[in-house]
Amino acid sequence: MRHIILIGLNHNTAPVELREKIAFSDPELKQALLSLKKKQDINEAFILSTCNRVEILAAVSDIQSAIKSIEEFFSEKNIDFNKIKKNFYTYSDEKAVKHVFMVSAGLDSMILGEPQILGQLKEAYRAAVEQKTSGPILNRLIHKAFFTAKKIRTETGIGSHAVSISYAAVELAKKIFGEIEDKTLLLIGAGEMAELAVEHLKGNRLTDIYVANRTFKNGVELAKKFGGRALKLQEISGALEIVDIVIASTAASQLIISAKEVKNVIRLRRNRPIFFIDIAVPRNIDPDINGVANSYLYDIDDLRGVIEENKDLRNKEAVKAERIVEEAVIIFLKWYESLDINQVISALKSKLDGIGEAELKKTLASLKHLSEQDIKALSVMTSSFVNKVLYDPILFLKSAGCKEDKTAYLDFTKKIFHLDNK
Amino acid sequence: MENLILITIFFYILAGVGYFLFFTSQKNHFYKAGLYCVIVGFLFHTAIMVLKIFAAKQLPIHNLFETILTAAWSITAVFIFFDYKFKLKILGIFAAPMIIFIMSAACIIADKPVEIKKILSGFWLNVHIISIFIGEAAFVLACGAGIFYLIQEYGIKKKKRGYFYKRLPSLSYMDAVCYSCVITGFAMVTTGLASGFVYAKIAWGHFWTWDPKEIWSILTWFFYAVLLHGKLAAGWRGKRFAIMTIIGVIFILFTFLGVNFLFEGHHREFTG
Repeated sequence: MRHIILIGLNHNTAPVELREKIAFSDPELKQALLSLKKKQDINEAFILSTCNRVEILAAVSDIQSAIKSIEEFFSEKNIDFNKIKKNFYTYSDEKAVKHVFMVSAGLDSMILGEPQILGQLKEAYRAAVEQKTSGPILNRLIHKAFFTAKKIRTETGIGSHAVSISYAAVELAKKIFGEIEDKTLLLIGAGEMAELAVEHLKGNRLTDIYVANRTFKNGVELAKKFGGRALKLQEISGALEIVDIVIASTAASQLIISAKEVKNVIRLRRNRPIFFIDIAVPRNIDPDINGVANSYLYDIDDLRGVIEENKDLRNKEAVKAERIVEEAVIIFLKWYESLDINQVISALKSKLDGIGEAELKKTLASLKHLSEQDIKALSVMTSSFVNKVLYDPILFLKSAGCKEDKTAYLDFTKKIFHLDNK
Repeated sequence: MENLILITIFFYILAGVGYFLFFTSQKNHFYKAGLYCVIVGFLFHTAIMVLKIFAAKQLPIHNLFETILTAAWSITAVFIFFDYKFKLKILGIFAAPMIIFIMSAACIIADKPVEIKKILSGFWLNVHIISIFIGEAAFVLACGAGIFYLIQEYGIKKKKRGYFYKRLPSLSYMDAVCYSCVITGFAMVTTGLASGFVYAKIAWGHFWTWDPKEIWSILTWFFYAVLLHGKLAAGWRGKRFAIMTIIGVIFILFTFLGVNFLFEGHHREFTG
């Protein structure tokens, strides 16, 4: 019997220390794929290894012995599988297929609907194809997974609501300015979150970036990193006249920019809007600035509020997405089950019998003078012709299964005889 | 004629439904369906106008019914133009119900036959009427863009994004559309007023006759002139600009209809 199994762990089932240990680096992965494929009862193999999950997907002949093979495979990595068994989940057939589809659409990710997983899946698939460890079943399964993920992305809003501070900031900037292309940005201070936001905004092709830092030297370095210019802290007031987006992230304990200052600046800017993003705690920017016309202020809590809202929206969209996954699983399983040898043989037989009968009918239509007996003889001849033609292919399909994986032959037979669309 | 009006309203209602569905679902095909329905409705509407013009050999503005019919036609024309130019897809949710409302009002008011005076014709009068109607339609659409701006800005400022936040475009874009509508409207209304003066000189021998409609038209014109001056000289934009466009439409409504009902004057007969 053929089966699809999936064994893996992810951010929900295993701590990062364990995931790190199990994960495969790029060169390791190729070796791992090859040694996995060589194992007993494993016909096709695929490994997905990211920082949040390690999963082995395989097309196998026998579930129990394949699981043993995979355990053996892990023990070769100097990991005692029995100790960490509780961190692994094992799915087979329908559940395994659904899991692959869920993962590819980002529905099993830490951040619901995140798109990076699809890229990682593509990389992993490329490795499996290069090492020739994936075959007809996994090829089809993974292609369908890509297809389903894309469908979910276009038909649901799962990816369209920002769920990180930096993306939320970009999203807001776009709602205020429309295009960010011709805008300039001022970064005050430093910090991971602030720099990430600058990176994201830069990805939307900002025109200019200014960096102001208490330590001018650090400012210069940071400016270099972003391809911008460094400013002294005293220059901030002047800069407010030209910049459109201000990101503040300093350790200063008092306010750096006051509402009064901004009021004046807005007049000098001829009311061009300005967007302040304050991700510092304690805050760096006067909260009253939000009340000044054409200036907008979001602090860290406001941005968190945006994210929470968006997470709710994503959760709602996830329901739709799961429905799409379930539909895709049904379609895939229909194909998968049709790969059964008896089904293929009977489909093949009925196709050729059908052709024989149709042709016979056509011929008899123009041969009105034939007797009952003649007609019978022709009919017997047609069906024995069909049987003789099929004799060798059927024998081959039946015997091929004894030693090697016959799925490829079944799939091939279905393709050349066009048996899928029946 | 009545059937034509009903068909027109029918297509405008279909368009309204299309725009509404587009707004709630954000699916582009609803927007397209809405736009096509508006265009079909507009063709029927234009047919009505042409029939009226052929019958009277003049622009149809001889009673309240005809005036309203022409006003709705102008708004639809300007709406289609701006939709084509700016692709501000959500403008339809403002324009379509308004057009439906105005057309329905026309339906309720009977089309009273009126005696057509020889004096109400000529090149300058036609320029006057067309420019004023189109200009004021543009002002009305500016008000629509302004309202959307205010809704979106309120959501962003109060940090209560929500239903409208995703569905409305960016603040800058709506501000730009609002401004373009005002500029277009102002240019047309200025042309309209100037040609009106020329016509008055030819017809009555005076540029200016202290007619209430004239006074209020000039006041409206001044209001928008101040608004544009503020924009160009001091960079007025955003919330202030949006609120001003809404106040402007109140001025227009009063000038357009209120004056005719409250005051005597030579424009009164158009809504008789």
